[in-house]
Amino acid sequence: MRVALTTFVLVAIGVILVMMVAEMPEFGAGKPASNEVSAHYVKNAVKETGASNFIAAIILDYRAYDTLGEVIVLFAGIAAVLVVLDVHKGGRGR
Amino acid sequence: MQSVVLQTVIKLLLPFIQVYGLYIIFHGHISPGGGFAGGAVMAASFVLFAMSYGVGEGFKRLPRLIAQWLESLGGLIYIALGLTGILRGAAFLTNVPEWLGQAGQLFSAGLIPLLTTAIGLKVCSTIVTLLYHLLEEGHYDSQTD
Repeated sequence: MRVALTTFVLVAIGVILVMMVAEMPEFGAGKPASNEVSAHYVKNAVKETGASNFIAAIILDYRAYDTLGEVIVLFAGIAAVLVVLDVHKGGRGR
Repeated sequence: MQSVVLQTVIKLLLPFIQVYGLYIIFHGHISPGGGFAGGAVMAASFVLFAMSYGVGEGFKRLPRLIAQWLESLGGLIYIALGLTGILRGAAFLTNVPEWLGQAGQLFSAGLIPLLTTAIGLKVCSTIVTLLYHLLEEGHYDSQTD
């Protein structure tokens, strides 16, 4: 019974996946809305940001807020590591 | 483990590693690289020194307290640079590409090199702080054994 149920659920998920893949635009064909942002970056990044390195223009200008999140993740990570490592010192002080 | 060969080679290599790290950080807006990669290279130089000469010597060159302060300072500089956008009446972290010269020059691209420097500071001090703690654990264990 469980095997049949699992098989049914998996087949259903597979059918949904195949339907979604069939709906996707062909590779390189047409102009879906998802391509417009990257086309805008390619055309205007140097003019708008003044940075000739494209990656820096994207991660530090268009998506600088995302990079702020990365910095905060680093901070949280090192804070957690220091807390965990200092547990074993048993209050010897720093 | 104190080895004369290792210490001599590290002593010769350190300036080149650090100059390369600074180059990657400051040219982040011109060539491939940036704050994360350059900060990791800079941190590698400090960690190499601490591993070859012992953690005590490493603490003398870059004390742990300073590393921890730089750590918080990097993030705060990033946020402060972002707030300049609000002070000018635009959105948070708005860039000013008109500052300082044309695209492709070292001093160009407005906020981007400053943000890269802040990230480099942050990444460098994070890795150094982490590795100092790990190295110090081993130091402590080998003393008590």
